[in-house]
Amino acid sequence: MSEKNINVTLKVWRQKNQREEGKFKEYLAKDISTDASFLEMLDAVNEELISKGEDPIAFDHDCREGICGSCGFMINGNAHGPLKSTTVCQLHMRNFKDGDYLTLEPWRAAAFPMIKDLVVDRTALDRIIKVGGFISVNTGNAPDGNAIPIPKTAADEAFNAATCIGCGACVASCKNASAALFTSAKISHLGLLPQGQVEVEKRALNMVGQMDREGFGACTSTGSCSASCPKDISLVNIARMNRDYMKASFSKKPEIHAGDGA
Amino acid sequence: MLSFIQSTVGKKYLMGLSGLIWAGFIFGHMAGNMLILVSPDAYNVYGHAIVSNKILLYGTEIALVGALVAHVICAIFLTKQNRESRGHRYAMNPNGQKAASFASEWMAIHGSVILVFIILHLVTFKYGPHYETTVDGVVMRDLAKLIIEVFSQPMAVLWYLVALVLLGFHLTHGVRSIFQSFGLLHPAYQPIIRRAGAIYAVVVAGGFISQPVFVFLTRAVAA
Repeated sequence: MSEKNINVTLKVWRQKNQREEGKFKEYLAKDISTDASFLEMLDAVNEELISKGEDPIAFDHDCREGICGSCGFMINGNAHGPLKSTTVCQLHMRNFKDGDYLTLEPWRAAAFPMIKDLVVDRTALDRIIKVGGFISVNTGNAPDGNAIPIPKTAADEAFNAATCIGCGACVASCKNASAALFTSAKISHLGLLPQGQVEVEKRALNMVGQMDREGFGACTSTGSCSASCPKDISLVNIARMNRDYMKASFSKKPEIHAGDGA
Repeated sequence: MLSFIQSTVGKKYLMGLSGLIWAGFIFGHMAGNMLILVSPDAYNVYGHAIVSNKILLYGTEIALVGALVAHVICAIFLTKQNRESRGHRYAMNPNGQKAASFASEWMAIHGSVILVFIILHLVTFKYGPHYETTVDGVVMRDLAKLIIEVFSQPMAVLWYLVALVLLGFHLTHGVRSIFQSFGLLHPAYQPIIRRAGAIYAVVVAGGFISQPVFVFLTRAVAA
């Protein structure tokens, strides 16, 4: 394996917390192995900062395998960096050149309040899940394979939508900070399957309603979300969400409760 | 119903529907106006036939004004909401594969230019100087004379070129997005829809552009 070390200059957004003003600060990442991941490079920079008694750069991360959805920030304006279908933890320094100048910014959206530096609060996405990103029936133990017949195409589409890791890159990349791709992925992954069909209308109404209440913008279908998505979630999901929401809005029936005289 | 219109998804349906009305209208407008390339008389007869049919005329005008008002109001609300949703702006915008297209990124800007254009266009022609002519014994408005007068001025032709190119961009993104907003996107015909917007935009904008250019070249330069 040909190992090569490079130097890159980082211009990083530093902000102590929501209340204080943030600003960019430059750091030199020296002698970085091209086999290092982007986060390992930041680890090295942080080691140096800590040894100098300075505050290390805060960034979210967990599995570092591209599957948990914790990491993510903007590198030169692109969510998760320049590569497609990649989380920033799976982005390696071999994709950069010696002497590169990299601007690191946190996800920016009114619905994602600043926590610190490159870390933002993405619980708005959790609250969207909370109002409809589930099925209420008890599905019991894992059923026998093919006990419930599901067309292969539906299973494939549902699975593709289910690969969304909720990292928030779609919101960060969207010029409107819209959460349409995220919300629609969740709506699709449940709605395409028979167990999720029962609540398909209620789910669309609740999740779209919550998405709007959280202050995410509208979808302009620029496609930036899908292009930045580490899991390549398709825009077709947004179309399905719009369709479900429209159908649900015009066919909404009143719920009958006990004691209503029925 | 009210909550549907208040939602981002509902407003997008309304944007799409009102945009669709205009997208359909301008195709007919462009195709009909092609008669200016045939002869001033043919154009005047066509125009006279339209204004003589009051039901068609007022029906179309009401639909268009209604759609335009809905489109603009929704656009204002959505643009304002979208700006607020973004909050803090980025120091650097997405680039390369992850960037939004020029057409989609600047919808509000070319939309605003197009709105100004529509108003000025109506002032220039619909409410402009009233010339008269007689074709086959029928007295009618000589709109062709006004068109030739206006498009003999290079600056007017240039302004129409700019506005129509922007209209083309607006249509490229708009027509394609209607399918998305209406929930009609499907993997099987996603590539066709993608191209359909661009083709429609080129046909409409190209057709329109040919008219002032033709008038300018044949009338002003030849004269």
